[in-house]
Amino acid sequence: MWRYLGPLIGVLALGAIFAVTLARIGTGELDVREIPSPLIGKPAPQFELPSVQDENERISTAALAGRPWVLNVWGTWCPGCRQEHDTLLRISSDSVVPIIGLNWKDERSLAMQWLTQLGNPYTKVAFDPEGDVAIDWGVYGSPETFLVSAEGIVIAKHIGPMTEQIWREKFLPLLAEKSGGGA
Amino acid sequence: MIPELGHFALILAFLLAIAQSFFGLAGAHVGRESWIKATNPAVTGGFVFVSVSLACLAWAFAVDNFSVEYVANNSNSALPMLFKISAVWGAHEGSLLLWIWIQAVWTLGVAALTGGLDPTFRARVLGVLGIVSVGFMSFTLATSNPFERLLPSPADGADLNPLLQDWALSIHPPMLYMGYVGTSVAFAFAVAALIGGRFDAEWAKWTRPWTLAAWLSLTIGIALGSWWAYYELGWGGWWFWDPVENASFMPWLVSTALIHSLAVTEKRGLFKSWTLLLAIFAFSLSILGTFLVRSGVLVSVHAFASDPARGMFILGMLLFFIAGSLLLYAWRAPLLKSEHGFEVFSREAFLLVNNGLLVAAAGLILVGTLWPLFMDAFELGKISVGPPYFNAVFLVPTIPLILLLGIGMHSSWKRTRFQNVKVPLLVLAALSLVAAILVPLVVYSGLKALTVVGFFAAFFIMASALVEPVSRLRHKQTLSRSVLGMSLAHFGLGMFVMGVTGLESYKIERDISLGPGETHVIDDYEFKFVGTRPVTGPNYEAIEGIVEIREDGELLTTLRPQKRLYQVRGDMMTEAGIRIGPDRDLFVALGEDLGLGRWSMRIQYKPLVRYIWLGALVMAIGGGLAALDRRYRIIADDAAKKADQALSGGGPTGRPVPGAASTSTAAQRGA
Repeated sequence: MWRYLGPLIGVLALGAIFAVTLARIGTGELDVREIPSPLIGKPAPQFELPSVQDENERISTAALAGRPWVLNVWGTWCPGCRQEHDTLLRISSDSVVPIIGLNWKDERSLAMQWLTQLGNPYTKVAFDPEGDVAIDWGVYGSPETFLVSAEGIVIAKHIGPMTEQIWREKFLPLLAEKSGGGA
Repeated sequence: MIPELGHFALILAFLLAIAQSFFGLAGAHVGRESWIKATNPAVTGGFVFVSVSLACLAWAFAVDNFSVEYVANNSNSALPMLFKISAVWGAHEGSLLLWIWIQAVWTLGVAALTGGLDPTFRARVLGVLGIVSVGFMSFTLATSNPFERLLPSPADGADLNPLLQDWALSIHPPMLYMGYVGTSVAFAFAVAALIGGRFDAEWAKWTRPWTLAAWLSLTIGIALGSWWAYYELGWGGWWFWDPVENASFMPWLVSTALIHSLAVTEKRGLFKSWTLLLAIFAFSLSILGTFLVRSGVLVSVHAFASDPARGMFILGMLLFFIAGSLLLYAWRAPLLKSEHGFEVFSREAFLLVNNGLLVAAAGLILVGTLWPLFMDAFELGKISVGPPYFNAVFLVPTIPLILLLGIGMHSSWKRTRFQNVKVPLLVLAALSLVAAILVPLVVYSGLKALTVVGFFAAFFIMASALVEPVSRLRHKQTLSRSVLGMSLAHFGLGMFVMGVTGLESYKIERDISLGPGETHVIDDYEFKFVGTRPVTGPNYEAIEGIVEIREDGELLTTLRPQKRLYQVRGDMMTEAGIRIGPDRDLFVALGEDLGLGRWSMRIQYKPLVRYIWLGALVMAIGGGLAALDRRYRIIADDAAKKADQALSGGGPTGRPVPGAASTSTAAQRGA
């Protein structure tokens, strides 16, 4: 009898795991689509790029060291970026942290037009038409948003449009924690 | 009004399925003849009402009734009619209704063709099938009603996912469901046998054609999916080890094992409890696939809109079926004893190895598919298990499997004396080996160990599959459909192995950028990018690239790959341009517009790729022939006669259903 119960026990164990997983997805504790960036906890990749607005202005990560900052990867061709734009404007109006835009695989004129028409939430916007910097940052879709600590460490990443809720619950606490710890 | 009618018909069918389960199982249990008889009208009525329900949904699509939420979400007035109909199963709710309808078709087929089976046993089989229907119908009615209204209704629909606007993909789900649902028949036979405690060679004989029919549907369904992915996704791959693909491949592997183990049970009365277990697992893996696709526990490229509540429901159903049947198994299986032994070199032993290897392959895929889930469950971090794992581990059981197949086919029951076939087999093996070395050296460039192994196995399987049919024809012996079907199916496997080996060893893939007039050379082929032009389709705008291919300076063909923008959803789709051929495919897919007329492109040379799908088709035809073997018709005839006698003698059976005398027609329907 016991010999024949083996398959049943195996299946029940599997079922328990499925049930737990489903329950966690249901409560929002688990998101199977989320892929953590291998960059989290690592130094932010350095870059020096021209600004979208002014070809001669260079934007470099070195100049940002010493205080936390946000990198937002966007392009005018990306519907998700349009969707998050108003949220970014609201976040930037709080001026808690500078938001650096990384204009990805885009055209300068289109990007300029976008910023003029929709408003500019960015402190600076770097121009990355070939997407080389985006590769260093492990970007595989836009929008993506990174939070970099004052020490230059990537501490959070969000894939997809930024929302008020994610900003409040994921990014702000990390910012508060870091600045609190530093003080 | 018509959508409500469809909903109502589904509810009626649900009630009839309950009646079918109750009368089938309780009738058999208490031996009440009138209850047993009542299963027949319940089955027929269920089929009629499910058909009405499906027709109502199809009607809502055909007339663009966007007040039905499901139609509004998955259709559009500009969608061509063929795709309006296939949109019925284009998303979760409707595909469940299709699933239920196919279940009703199978159940009707079983009821029609088992008229001569022992009535008590038959009632149990139909009762179990009824419970399966009840499960899926209650799932649909409770969580996924396709007839839900949407008020206020939109002026036009959100369109069908453009990925699904393709003929191969419009018949892919029905074929696949035929296979998935078909495994429920072997399952029902197994459970009925376990309940009754009777499990003999007759059982296996009755189960085999149904299992073959389910298996061949799965084979075609999977091959269609693979073929579609090849030309539609734009990557030119044919298998991605995506969780959803794996979910269809695991039941296929286990069904393949089941077909072989049923042969042993039928012919030799061995492996009884193992065969039962396989029948249970083939069905369980089919539902597991449904669970994985629809619950959202795994990330997949073609998952349905997922919903944990639905996931819980399917999980409950899954556990009910598997745990219930395994409990029954644990209770009954100890009673089963095999009467005979067999020797090391016997067909039994070869089939045992075959089963072990097939199940091991399924097990390795199961582990790989579920591994990310375990890691999540035990909070060990996020990982994704990809093709490198599957490609590596899948070869471990399958290489011995295909190497042993050529010999195993010619082994005989009880004890094999290879004397009769020794010489031809040795000659064929030697010739295959020579060919496996020569083909890479002469036709292609480069010799790799794995390539030789693959080609050798492919050639040897194809050659030795022909030995028996050829020798029987030469000696003017009869060639039964069963033998012919087996030989053909194995020949198809050989073709498949040849295709995979050739493709994976010698394919060339280039991602390049070309401006108008520029060329790129791969192997003997020169690809010239002429330029692009705009094209307008019924519900999309496209940019079409024009690529001329020259072989030795002669124009071979002009390919026209497209990038389509489907306006309603704003989705971009890639339509590859493919020149097919018996020795290779040439494949061009458009990438990105790089400005100034330059485009990035993926150009591929795909040797022998056709044999992957052609092999699968030949396998399926072989399975179909075997299912139509005369001996299954004979048992149906005999049984029908017995039933007739029983009837005239005032026995407990009902009138044998007219279809019982013609297994062939029904098996064709099953195919």
